[in-house]
Amino acid sequence: MIFKRPSFWLILLIAAVFVYLPLRAEDAAMREDMILVALAIILVSNLNLMIGYTGYVNFGHIVFYGLGGYVGLYLVSVRGWHLPTAALTAGVFVSICALLFGLGVLRLRGAYFALATVGILQAVHAFVSNFDPWGRSTGMYLSFEAYEPLGGAMRALWTTYYLVVGVMALSLILSLVIKRSKFGLGLFAIREDEDAAVVLGINATVYKAIIYSVSAFLPAVAGALMFYKNGMIDPSIAFEYMLSIEGIVMLMLGGQGTVVGAALGAGLYERLRSYLLTSPKLSNFHLVIAGGLLLVVVLFASGGLIGWLYKFVPRSQEVVE
Amino acid sequence: MIDGVLVGAVYGLAAMGLSLIWGVMDVINLTHGAMIALGMFGMYLMFTATAMNPYVLLLPVIAIGLVLGIVVYWMAVHRVLGRSQLMSLLSTFSVNMMVIGIGTALWSTSPYNVNFTLPGITVGAYTFTGNHIAAASSALIIALALELFLYRTRPGRAIRAVADNREAAELMGISSTAVLAIAFGIGIALALGSGALVSTLFPFTILSGAVYQLKSFVVTVLAGLGKPLGALAAGVLLGLLEGAVTPFIAVSWIPLIEFGLFVVVLILFPRGIFGRATA
Repeated sequence: MIFKRPSFWLILLIAAVFVYLPLRAEDAAMREDMILVALAIILVSNLNLMIGYTGYVNFGHIVFYGLGGYVGLYLVSVRGWHLPTAALTAGVFVSICALLFGLGVLRLRGAYFALATVGILQAVHAFVSNFDPWGRSTGMYLSFEAYEPLGGAMRALWTTYYLVVGVMALSLILSLVIKRSKFGLGLFAIREDEDAAVVLGINATVYKAIIYSVSAFLPAVAGALMFYKNGMIDPSIAFEYMLSIEGIVMLMLGGQGTVVGAALGAGLYERLRSYLLTSPKLSNFHLVIAGGLLLVVVLFASGGLIGWLYKFVPRSQEVVE
Repeated sequence: MIDGVLVGAVYGLAAMGLSLIWGVMDVINLTHGAMIALGMFGMYLMFTATAMNPYVLLLPVIAIGLVLGIVVYWMAVHRVLGRSQLMSLLSTFSVNMMVIGIGTALWSTSPYNVNFTLPGITVGAYTFTGNHIAAASSALIIALALELFLYRTRPGRAIRAVADNREAAELMGISSTAVLAIAFGIGIALALGSGALVSTLFPFTILSGAVYQLKSFVVTVLAGLGKPLGALAAGVLLGLLEGAVTPFIAVSWIPLIEFGLFVVVLILFPRGIFGRATA
């Protein structure tokens, strides 16, 4: 049972801290900081399903987030839907796109797939920038009336924050459930040796397409929530390649393939990044530092922080997964 | 259309660097785009400093690329060879981030151009711009030189031997580490060289490399791995295609088309159109 896993309670504890801290301080600035951390955790833990569990690099993971944001904002602003239904629809829509696409593209193995994901990001970016109903390259805006159903803009910001924290908790629980399932074992088998996995009766293409689609759902929901909160969207914000890349750095830093590692890496890196971006001397070099960090992790500690913990405290593997 | 062919030759050159590294050590070099951008800026800096003919300056740019490539090999690639492909993708990618980061800090992301024009040649109603012809012929010369190097000289043969079977090559007394470092250096040198050529044709920013990196991937999968002249031919094909479609559709659609081509070719011809079928 999942309730017996210590990591499950750890996830709930993290979510509780996210809910409690800004609420106690009633501090909007703190809430804005924490929503970015929560978003990073959502993106990274879903990316982990591809990179960490299945061993397939997805350079264009942000595409789910951006596309979800577009669908969500379109439904809310043009069609006048309520936020929760719009966000869920966005998630389902993006997942279905990912599934159909995955069945085609995931016939590519290993590095070819990684290259294709860069292409997917660029292709979707090019498509949306030329797509009339979504405002081409200027994007879409939300009018203030759109916040009315949630009790005005002020209340809406707090509500979306809690929803994003909820999606964060769901992402981590999803990672945990998949890791402990038979399906998850199939994914690990693909990661270790795809040919052997196929011989043992795993339909690798279907498995990969399903996990690709699953890893699209919650980021798309989060995208709909975040862009609703921001009130606007345009292609260069929605499909920001750097955010996709930094997700990979966060994942490797924390420890690929582990649930807690994904969250830890996302939290640490997000804090580091906001420190670097605000520091006048280092703000130009945050990319260099992120790159250096990634190189060091890849060359010397491919398990990341959690891998390092496992090495020195082997028993921790039973508690922290 | 004709310009498309000439520009295509430069795409081919860019892809050769990628394809060489990919074929020899099974590493997909994600620093490629950043190195192309460095080639552009290398050319820009040298041209503004010396005001010499850029096609002469191509030689020092390539030499710098060779050295840089060997440095990057020792720094980021050597340790990940033989580990999973994920690791080499990520390690080359991290170098890419560092180069782009430093480049952005130094030159921002505003556009630069190398202000140099050669007189054009007029044939009938059509004028070929001199720069396009010079860039394409430079690309052709470099491609031929690489072909000769790989097939007619001892170090070139050593590279191909290591690419075929590293253990067997080592048993024959070839130092595979040195060979791999040199092959990586040549691959990077080709990237810088093609970047330098592109800089004489179009304006560029530090981020332009990514565009040419995508084109290089398309060309590489079209051509199959490790074939200099095949890459050149595939590059010309891509340039021709771009030249043929641009009158009809907006330029912003081109990445979409190229990506579609990339996936279709990978699925239909996993060994490349010019590649031979092997088990």
